[in-house]
Amino acid sequence: MAQLQLRSVEKTYGNGFKAVHGINLDVKEGEFMVLVGPSGCAKSTTLRMIAGLETITGGEIRIGDQVVNDLVPGKRGIAMVFQNYALYPHMKVRRNLSFGLKLKRIPKDKIEEATQEVSSILEIEQLLERLPKQLSGGQAQRVALGRALIKHPEVFLFDEPLSNLDAKLRASMRVRITDLHKRLRNEGRPATVVYVTHDQVEAMTMGDRICVMKDGHIMQVDDPATLYERPANDFVAGFIGMPEMNLVPCALSRNGGLPVLSAGSQQITVGDGLADRLKAEDGKVTLGIRPQHLSVVPAGTDGAFNGTITNLEFMGHEVNLHADVDGAAFVAVVPSEDFDNNLKRGDKVGLRPDGRRIHIFDAASGANISLS
Amino acid sequence: MAMLSDISPKGRGDRRPPTQIELKLRRKARVSATIRYGLLTLIGLLMVYPLIWLIGASFKTNAEMFTSPSFWPNEPTVQGYIDGWKTSTPYTFGKFFLNSLWIIIPKVIGTAISCTLVAYGFARFEFPFKKFLFASVIATLLLPNVVTRIPQYLLFRDIGWLDSFLPLWVPSAMAGDAFFVFMIVQFLRAIPRDMEEAARVDGATTLQTLVYIVVPMLTPALISVCLFQFMWTMNDFLGPLIYVSSVEKYPVSLALKLSIDTTEAFAWNQILAMSVLALAPSLTVFFLAQKYFIEGISAGGVKG
Repeated sequence: MAQLQLRSVEKTYGNGFKAVHGINLDVKEGEFMVLVGPSGCAKSTTLRMIAGLETITGGEIRIGDQVVNDLVPGKRGIAMVFQNYALYPHMKVRRNLSFGLKLKRIPKDKIEEATQEVSSILEIEQLLERLPKQLSGGQAQRVALGRALIKHPEVFLFDEPLSNLDAKLRASMRVRITDLHKRLRNEGRPATVVYVTHDQVEAMTMGDRICVMKDGHIMQVDDPATLYERPANDFVAGFIGMPEMNLVPCALSRNGGLPVLSAGSQQITVGDGLADRLKAEDGKVTLGIRPQHLSVVPAGTDGAFNGTITNLEFMGHEVNLHADVDGAAFVAVVPSEDFDNNLKRGDKVGLRPDGRRIHIFDAASGANISLS
Repeated sequence: MAMLSDISPKGRGDRRPPTQIELKLRRKARVSATIRYGLLTLIGLLMVYPLIWLIGASFKTNAEMFTSPSFWPNEPTVQGYIDGWKTSTPYTFGKFFLNSLWIIIPKVIGTAISCTLVAYGFARFEFPFKKFLFASVIATLLLPNVVTRIPQYLLFRDIGWLDSFLPLWVPSAMAGDAFFVFMIVQFLRAIPRDMEEAARVDGATTLQTLVYIVVPMLTPALISVCLFQFMWTMNDFLGPLIYVSSVEKYPVSLALKLSIDTTEAFAWNQILAMSVLALAPSLTVFFLAQKYFIEGISAGGVKG
C-alpha cells in the first residue's frame, strides 16, 4: 500500500476545454478518500487520470515514491472497480478474477489460492463457475470488487461502483466495502482507496476524508464531520447535508457590536458569539443555516425571521417546514414531537437561527468568513 | 347434495356457447390467417422453385431434362453426379473443390485478422488524419469494382502473380474489403469500452486486450464476416476468370463453366449435379452459423 499524491494536475482536452484546473490532493497510506461533487465536476476524470486511462496535460501524479505520469495503467499498481462492473462477458467468474494475475505470469497454484481467498472474503465461492450474465447486480459488483482485491494493489480506485444497484443493496454494499477496508487495515495491509461518487450519503458514511469538487477545482478536503460543521465555502455548505443548507443573500451591519443580518425588509440581531467569529467588514454576505438549526417560534419573536408557511412535509420522525421570508425560501426541520400540529399552510411563523451554528459566506467569493 | 351443484358452476360458466359476434370474429381471423399464410407459402415456393428444380433435375437423365416440366425425376439416377465428378479434364471435381478451398481458407482467415486489426484501430484509437483515412476506406466501398480491374491486373502481372491464387486472396487478407472493416467498426462502436479499460488496468497490453477481450466480444460479427467472405469467394466467378488460366488451378466456379465449354452437346445433368455440389458448402455453412450470423448483422443490438 502506498500514499497517493496529486500535484497541480491539469487536464485540457484537445478541443481546448479545461476539465481539471491544477488540483493538489494527498491521500495517505490506508486512507479511504471519497471524491464527491455534482455531475461534470471532473471527479471521474480525476480518477481516470490516477488510473492512467486518461492522460494528464500538466502536473504530477505519484503513487508511493514513483511518478506515474507516463506509466500504463497496468504498471501503476492500481485496481479499479467500474460503475458498470466491466466484467469480461465471455469469461467465467473464476477467470474474471484471475485474468490480471495470469497476465503477470503468476504460478497457477498461487492464482488458485488467491482466488479462493478473495472469493471466500466476498462470499462468491458458489459463483466461480458462472458467466457474468448469470449474475445479479449485487453479485456482479462483488465479483468486480474481487477482481480488484485479488491483485493486492497499491491503490484501489472506485468509479461510482454502487450507482447501478437498488437502494437496499447499495446500503448493504456500502457497509461491505467499509468493513472490508477496516478488515484489511486490521490485518496489517491497509488499502489506500479513492472512491468517486455523486451520492453524499456514500461520501459521508464511507470516507475517512472527503474531497468535494466543483468544475475541476477542489473546494475542500476534510473529514465528514468537519465538512458538515465547518464548510469552507457556500458550495460545500450547500452540497453536504440533507435537506440542503439554507443559503440566503443578506446585508451584514452592526448594532452596538452585535451583527445584524437584513434579508429583504427584515432584520435580526444575532448574539451567541457570532460577532467573535466574523472575519469581515459589513456588506453583502450569504447567510447559511442548516434546516436542523432553525427553530420555529411564534411570529414576531426577537432574533427570528418572520415568514409564511408554503409547504409542510411530514417525514415521520420529523417535519420539513418550507417558508417564504420576503421572497427568500427557507426550510426548517423540526422533530415531530416538537412540532405544533395546528400549523398549516399560509400561517405566519418565526424562524430563529441558532447563532452558534450560523455560517456567513462572502457574497462575492463564497468563502466562509465565520470560521473561528 | 345441494352443495355439489354449488361447487361446479364455475366450469359450466366458462363453457357457455360463443356469441354470434365472437363466432364472426373467429371466422374472420381464421380466413385472414389462411389468406396470409397461403400467399406467403405461394411466394416462398415461387422463390425457392428454381432451387428445387435444380436439385430434382440433377437426378434426371439428360434426355428427360427438358421433356418433363416436373421437378420430380421419372427414373432417378446419380449418373449425372458420377460423370460430372469425373469431368472431361484429367482432374476430378475434387481437385476443383480443393482449389476453391486453397483460395477460401487464406482469404477468410486473412480477412478476419486484418479487418479486426484495422477496425480496432479506427474504432478505439486517436491518431493523426484518422477521419480522412477512415473516409478514404469507406470511399473505396463506393468505388465500382470494374474501375480497378485493369490497373489491378497490370499490377499483379508485373509482380508475376498471374495464374496463381495470390491475386484472389492477398488483397483481402490485407483488409482490402472495406465493407468488412466498416461492419466491424460499427459493431465495436456499440460495445462499451469499460471491459477494455478494465483489461488495461489488469495489465494487458493493447494486443492482449484485443485478443483476450475484444475478439471474444466480436465473435458474432467475425462469424458474419467469415460467412460473407466464404460465400462470396465460393461464388466469385470474375476473379478466377481473370487471374487463373490453367485448368489445373480452376476453382469450382470456373470449373462449372468448363463443362459447358468442352462438351459439344451440353451434358446438362452433369452441370446441374455439380452446381448442386457447388451450392452445398455455402448452404451448409450458412445454416450452421445462422444464429451467430443474424446476431452479427444486427450489430446495434449488442449489450455490454
